[in-house]
Amino acid sequence: MDSNLSQLPAASVLPEGAAMMRIIRMRRLVGGIWRRITLSCTLAGVVILLLLGFSIVNDAFGAVAVQSKVELAQLTGGRALEALSRTELLALLEANVRTRVLRALDRERPLAMRDAADLRTIVATEIIQPEIVGVYPLSDWLFRREAITTELKAQHPRAELRFRSWLSAQFLGTAMSSQALEAGIRTAILGSCWMLLLTMLIAFPLGIGAALYLEEYTSVCPFDDRSRLGRWLNHLLSRAATLIQVNIYNLAGVPSIIYGMLGLAIFVRALESLTSGRMFGMASAATANGRTILAASLTMALLVLPVVIISTQEALRAVPSSLRQASFGLGATRWQTIWRVVLPSALPGILTGAILAVSRAIGETAPLIVVGASTFILTDPSGPFSRFTVLPIQIYNWTSRPQEEFRAIAAAAIIVLLLLLLITNASAIILRNHMRVKRSSS
Amino acid sequence: MLELEHSVNAPVASEPLQERRASGLRRRIRPGETFIQILLFLCACVSIATTFSIVIVLSREALSFFTEAGVSVGQFLTGTTWRPGAGHFGVLPLVNATILTSLIAMLVALPLGLGAALYLSEYASARIRGVLKPTLELLAGIPTVVYGYFALTFVTPLLRRVLGAETVQIYNMLSAGIVVGILITPLVATLSEDALSAVPDGLRNASFGLGATRWETAIKVVFPAASSGVIAACMVAMARAMGETMVVALAAGASPNLSLNPFEPAETMTGHIARISGGDLSYGTIDYQSLFAIGLLLFGMTLLLNILSRWVVRHVREVYD
Repeated sequence: MDSNLSQLPAASVLPEGAAMMRIIRMRRLVGGIWRRITLSCTLAGVVILLLLGFSIVNDAFGAVAVQSKVELAQLTGGRALEALSRTELLALLEANVRTRVLRALDRERPLAMRDAADLRTIVATEIIQPEIVGVYPLSDWLFRREAITTELKAQHPRAELRFRSWLSAQFLGTAMSSQALEAGIRTAILGSCWMLLLTMLIAFPLGIGAALYLEEYTSVCPFDDRSRLGRWLNHLLSRAATLIQVNIYNLAGVPSIIYGMLGLAIFVRALESLTSGRMFGMASAATANGRTILAASLTMALLVLPVVIISTQEALRAVPSSLRQASFGLGATRWQTIWRVVLPSALPGILTGAILAVSRAIGETAPLIVVGASTFILTDPSGPFSRFTVLPIQIYNWTSRPQEEFRAIAAAAIIVLLLLLLITNASAIILRNHMRVKRSSS
Repeated sequence: MLELEHSVNAPVASEPLQERRASGLRRRIRPGETFIQILLFLCACVSIATTFSIVIVLSREALSFFTEAGVSVGQFLTGTTWRPGAGHFGVLPLVNATILTSLIAMLVALPLGLGAALYLSEYASARIRGVLKPTLELLAGIPTVVYGYFALTFVTPLLRRVLGAETVQIYNMLSAGIVVGILITPLVATLSEDALSAVPDGLRNASFGLGATRWETAIKVVFPAASSGVIAACMVAMARAMGETMVVALAAGASPNLSLNPFEPAETMTGHIARISGGDLSYGTIDYQSLFAIGLLLFGMTLLLNILSRWVVRHVREVYD
């Protein structure tokens, strides 16, 4: 082994023959062992990824045991709810629902005017009243079905066990609900889309502009170099550029929750009249406190700004300077050169940075909690000035609840979130490759 | 005074003025170009403005917390109980939980991340690298709230089954720390791998030429040469772990607790900020201001680590030509 080697006095004779071979074998053995150890460290990442995927899928699909207060067969004499006519449904309601509840429903909208589908929902929620008595993950449903069936029979003899995919069209299409069985993520998806759109509209121009300044204009001395004042101002500008660069690297390391506090103090509180839309006369009573999509987007834009700037700078640096020289040589001004030559050839690289920024913004949760995303919203967001919730906030909210069924819908929402991430990344990569091909062929 | 050069071959200053005017080659003032340059400069200034606003906002609220609420800085930094309801504002329990979870995270992330970095830069063939590196980057791209879910629904039950449900509580720092460690492993791995790959191949070849094995080369030649980069990577990762919110908010519990026992629940600084501001918080109250004092402390700690990491890279680096 190498320690033996280093202990040998310099002048001594190295071991020969069998002894030497043994040392070499030992050193090779140690190297081989460590090689396997480092390989397993790398593979640990793969294993964790698989475990993560397993635990999400395991929770998002599985079985639920639903026990209803009144059996459907008992109620209708063995007929399906869909087979009943409106009058039969009304009779059912009259017979089984307390008059006080009926009157409340009637006041909401006269029962006689409701259609059959509406009446069926009322029968389901008011009379049958399905209640979750057990939630089982996919692995239990696949491999321990016997055990959970007998266990369920013992505890809830009337409960009905059936397979349920928590991720369904109904889950995607309905709004929030306090009942896990009826809950959906439509408002959260729409909220995420609105927030992403505004974030990108704010962050991209700012970020690309800042990167252009730092890469293309720092060599320009805008002031007259012949006068003392001009020299001093030029020096000041170049110092400012260095400062901005250092500052951007520091900003990239600031915890995201700090951005949330910045957003809370500035966008929600100080600029309330802007973010609640009062300035434009668009505020509604519900959003007067400035905790709106716009405030969240502004906060998120500041958060992703360093990512956009740094990756755009890298893309700009990769543009060969001969292109710029050629353009200058033809008499183009600096901005003409940037707009017609530098930006088009840096665009694929800039897009990569855009993907990174979008992915960051999609999954970020902590600053939005601080800025004040609402967790329970029944109406779709209608514009930049409405209250909002986003997918990660819903996942956080559902995960933090103790009930099993909310863990299951959290898992389903996670699948949607990851799919959203995947779609964004894939489409941006395809777009980027398409642009590369087009440029190289033209 | 504001002049823009419009071409690279601008006329030299010593040329007589008359002649330049005659030939029409004088630097022309182009308002459009100047406007664009000013606009881009302002874009670049947004980042400076962000930093200033962070510092000002945090300091201002923290200052009113210290002056109006009658909590001295000393009490804040050394107090051992955090109970805003009873007027106890000692930040130590929160700091303790933050540091403990971050240290657990580093215990997980350092061996895994460095091992992966060594394998990817020293052993892996181009093809294997092409498969494994994107996988690690995939881990880095998963939203943190998903890791929070993973901690609460997978790691915690696993720990409770292995170590016993009596010792490990439902919310505990160990589970949160492990998952934060998983979360920062890709960061440690990619940053260290960049540092290791930047070591010139001549050093490796010289070492092989002397008869060293791959492992001996990696650990005795490449690693020391890249040590500054690796140390910087660790500092950046530590800063990231301290600022991580969602995992600790979900898995580490919701009560400030000064304890060194990783099986106990304890709220971290970030977790506390998230929990308190998640409710309906009214401005100007002592609760609101106390959050900014915690935020300022957290900002200071992470900024210090980030600045230190860059200092290490610049001053400890061995330069090879």
